Amino acid sequence: MIRVVLPYHLRNLARVDGEVQLEVQPPVTVRSVLDAIEARYPVLRGTIRDHGTLKRRPFVRFFACKEDLSLEPPETQLPDTVVNGEEPFMIIGAIAGG
Amino acid sequence: MSKVRVLVGTKKGAFILTSDGKRQNWEVSGPHFGGWEIYHVKASPVDPNRIYASQTSGWFGQIIQRSDDGGKTWNPPGTKPEDLMGPDGMPKGQSNMFLYEGEVGTHKFYDGSQHPWEFKRIWHIEPSTIDPDTAYAGAEDAAIFKTTDAGKTWKELSELRKAKGNLWQPGAGGMAVHTILLDPKNANRIYIAISAAGAFRTDDGGKTWKPINRGLKSNYELPDPDAEVGHCVHRIALHPSRPDVLFMQKHWDVLRTDNSGDEWKEVSGNLPTDFGFPIDVHAHEPETIYVVPITSDSLHYPPEGKLRVYRSKSGGNEWEALTKGLPQKDCYVNVLRDAMCVDSLEPCGVYFGTTGGQVYGSADSGTTWNPIVRDLPAVLSVEVQTLP
Repeated sequence: MIRVVLPYHLRNLARVDGEVQLEVQPPVTVRSVLDAIEARYPVLRGTIRDHGTLKRRPFVRFFACKEDLSLEPPETQLPDTVVNGEEPFMIIGAIAGG
Repeated sequence: MSKVRVLVGTKKGAFILTSDGKRQNWEVSGPHFGGWEIYHVKASPVDPNRIYASQTSGWFGQIIQRSDDGGKTWNPPGTKPEDLMGPDGMPKGQSNMFLYEGEVGTHKFYDGSQHPWEFKRIWHIEPSTIDPDTAYAGAEDAAIFKTTDAGKTWKELSELRKAKGNLWQPGAGGMAVHTILLDPKNANRIYIAISAAGAFRTDDGGKTWKPINRGLKSNYELPDPDAEVGHCVHRIALHPSRPDVLFMQKHWDVLRTDNSGDEWKEVSGNLPTDFGFPIDVHAHEPETIYVVPITSDSLHYPPEGKLRVYRSKSGGNEWEALTKGLPQKDCYVNVLRDAMCVDSLEPCGVYFGTTGGQVYGSADSGTTWNPIVRDLPAVLSVEVQTLP
């Protein structure tokens, strides 16, 4: 079970409290986790990555195990501690704007 | 007794202000979608309980929200349980999807180069006058989209961007379709306006569009006096009884056309400054119009720190300042292009919101004003519904 932390506004949009838990078939990658989130919560399509291109939105960042995965290829496999549910995959709204 | 419902979009959420027909005492609900920029909230004239909202964020992009109970509850269209699954069993989730049709193409950029169209947000939603499931959405970068399934899916009317779109150029506020006017007497006729491209019209339901900017003068910004596009139109308005007559607040200049935009003439007259953003028409007097003059393109606040609505009862040229109830000193707010509207009660109500978070209302056609709320986030849009 993959644990995912969504930012405040996306939790509200998806109407979830706390972490989201998802079944994701291996290999567990950034892309497959995002696919699973969007499949469960279609309203989040386009909010994390663009429609069409599926590129990460500029002010959204991905973290796991204190590592910034935002610039890694979508096929990047997530650490074992994320795959086994010890650590969450975190989607963060970047500190920007003011 | 009649009621009014004022729909306010702000930088940090939506608010709904309701009152009876006297329009003296108000209830405020909100913020709805707190923390998000709500560019526009507008109800269907056919089904007043159906309201569309454009919810947007620099972080998380574009969301369309819809209420079917007059703003009590909201859902992104297509995400209710019964809407979730497509034919292949996968969730659809397409209500937030605004994709440009065909080859994306390019427009003129700030540095004069050509730049690809990039979707940023929806500025304006205009529900159909005849079908509650149909609505139009004006986008930045400039394009118009249409839904016929109550917002579940949106399709671009892409021929608009072929009306010399390669010559359109963003203004300081971006390049958006910010105004959509549906002709209530001719379902095939739509007017739209774009900063800084101009006004455009279709007479065939969006299959073809043409610029309607003849007579507009933008001497410094646009040296070519015959330029068909490139004018910074801030807002256009019409009266439903007379949809061939349009009024325009341009970057500078207030104008009117009596032939559906084929030719415009300036009616700024005795305004203290003819720079501004909103313009609207009285609900029962097609020649009575309202603007809010702003000092200049460099100083986006009222002249002399006095917030004054100007009213013309002659369709322009002769204007009177409306000041009663509005701050007449130390006022440096702006009124944005989608932040003024009129109700259809008798006497006509007029409303506008400011970048300082005030929403003012007048229950006597603008002669006197009262603040309905004073401390909202910066107001982006104001619409009103007149309810039985």
